[in-house]
Amino acid sequence: MAANSYGLIATFETVPELYHAAEQVRDAGYRNWDCITPFPVHGLDKAMGLKRSIVPRISLAGGITGFITGMSMIWWTGAVDYTLIVGGKPLFSPMFAFPVSYELTILFTAFATILGMFFVNGLPMHYHPVLKYDQIRRGMDDTFFIVIEASDPRFNLANTKSLLAKAGGKAITELEP
Amino acid sequence: MAHAVDHAVPTPAILREVNPAVLPRAVLVENNRSFSWITEKICGIIEAKTPTWWWVCFSLACFVASFTVAGIIYLVATGVGVWGHANPVNWAWDIVNFVFWIGIGHAGTLISAILCLLRQKWRTSINRAAEAMTIFAVVCAGIFPVFHVGRVWYAWYLFPIPNSNVIWQNFRSPLEWDVFAVSTYGTVSVLFWYIGLLPDLAVLRDRFFAAGNTFRSFLYGLFALGWRGSNRHWSNYEMAYLILAGISTPLVLSVHTIVSFDFAVSLLPGWHTTIFPPYFVAGAIFSGFGMVLTLMLPLRAIYGLQDLITQYHIDCMCKITLATGTIVGYAYGMEFFIAWYSTNPYEGFAFVNRAFGHYAWAYWVMISCNVITPQFFWFKSVRENTSLVWILSIFVNVGMWFERFVIIVTSLARDFLPSSWGYYSPSIVEIFTFFGTFGVFSVLFLLFIRFLPVMPMAELKAVLPQADVHGGRGLNDKH
Repeated sequence: MAANSYGLIATFETVPELYHAAEQVRDAGYRNWDCITPFPVHGLDKAMGLKRSIVPRISLAGGITGFITGMSMIWWTGAVDYTLIVGGKPLFSPMFAFPVSYELTILFTAFATILGMFFVNGLPMHYHPVLKYDQIRRGMDDTFFIVIEASDPRFNLANTKSLLAKAGGKAITELEP
Repeated sequence: MAHAVDHAVPTPAILREVNPAVLPRAVLVENNRSFSWITEKICGIIEAKTPTWWWVCFSLACFVASFTVAGIIYLVATGVGVWGHANPVNWAWDIVNFVFWIGIGHAGTLISAILCLLRQKWRTSINRAAEAMTIFAVVCAGIFPVFHVGRVWYAWYLFPIPNSNVIWQNFRSPLEWDVFAVSTYGTVSVLFWYIGLLPDLAVLRDRFFAAGNTFRSFLYGLFALGWRGSNRHWSNYEMAYLILAGISTPLVLSVHTIVSFDFAVSLLPGWHTTIFPPYFVAGAIFSGFGMVLTLMLPLRAIYGLQDLITQYHIDCMCKITLATGTIVGYAYGMEFFIAWYSTNPYEGFAFVNRAFGHYAWAYWVMISCNVITPQFFWFKSVRENTSLVWILSIFVNVGMWFERFVIIVTSLARDFLPSSWGYYSPSIVEIFTFFGTFGVFSVLFLLFIRFLPVMPMAELKAVLPQADVHGGRGLNDKH
């Protein structure tokens, strides 16, 4: 049975219940598991043992790319490709190139952040076993779930079920793959 | 202000001894509402039958918007001469309207980005609508510079795209900086807005699916990208949101700084001043908050959102309007002082001419609306009178339009040589085009409140006391 199910899902009615249950699942050593919450619960990352997001590194890379793009574009177009003296000013100076490079830094950072976040989260993913759970609508509204995947090395249908029940989980259900 | 309490820190012994007074937190959602109440309330607006007032307003807005469409068609078909510009006033309503609309947008970004960084949690109930306002204001703003180039089909020359003349843009020009600033601003505002919408679109997807409306469920689901409320996702999402807030803050400040460079980098008396960037930014936030109040107060009344947009929210918005309005008033005074102190006769004349010249009527409209109006917000009784706040917010909008008119037109109409002086009046075409942009804005805003959640449900739920992992207990509780 466990082999052809995606995993187990348990329902929690309140945030503190979810929080303490998450701590227990973390301490039991599970790796492939998740909490489903209608809003970001502050402190849950720590309770789940999640590391700091890597999105900022992608953003930084985007920002640096943007700044270099701006500076080099203005240098190449004005001082290399078509040199044109305007008002006796130098063909290139980082001073006048700064505002455009600054805006491009922000633009590229924004795209890198969002695309990076989608990439790290594996979105878009329009199909997911969790979304087939008939109560998932409440997970977008006011209920909290913990999902433990069958792919987790520690997953054992009976033991995992009892762990979730001990942690206070209700309506523990197997998810279709 | 509601700050997150760090529960990890055990209560120090000294606190038990001195027994500090418990400061009441501002209640952000009144009447102890539950999570599902918020979902029902916000989704209910979208799921209910389209109300009659919406159709009335929408038809009216479409009618008003048709003025812009007609004005633009006439302009493109005839030429930019149909506007009232003539030497020496070659910039007039087009740039006035552009700066006016872009300034309005800035409050949206201020609310969503700067208040997010400052952890001002009252932003949650107004940020979605304010961000929508930003995007629609940028749309209205963009119409004017795009069409004032005359041959609009050459507007792409503004971007560094290889063209048949093999010539590139002049990146020394603040006008070129403006192209990048405004297009970046528009793009990042849309991205920020969309990211905020993502979890709420997933809510609508599942609700419409449960209600059997698979078509709308499909549409919302398409844009929800399969969001499933996973905390592993939330972790990255929150980080991305924070970074977007972090970069939108310098963005919003830079955009109006660069808009002010359009004037400050020129040599014209009345424009060539270093006070312009901070003064323009303060003015933009001032006008934007005016517009947020103008939009949110009717929305609150129509949809019964008093529990979500509380008196505390209105107070906060009024106080920001007061603060920024006072900065603007200070800037007006400082401009006069510097004009006198610099002993530059042209600069001095430009300011005396603003207050007492041919355009004195516009100047005094500006002063009364921008300097006097916000001072009423010192009084609690005024802030608690919603109708009065709404009326005052209209005055703020009017005043800020006149500010741009005064700055742009008076300086051009009276520059160095009396032989090149002139007087500018708008033509009926530009009056119609500007009037119509209010319709364009309203059409977009009405569509927004009809089809998208007007408040970020996930963020609102996160500020409720029951969203706290320790059950909303205070610092002195043992756990």
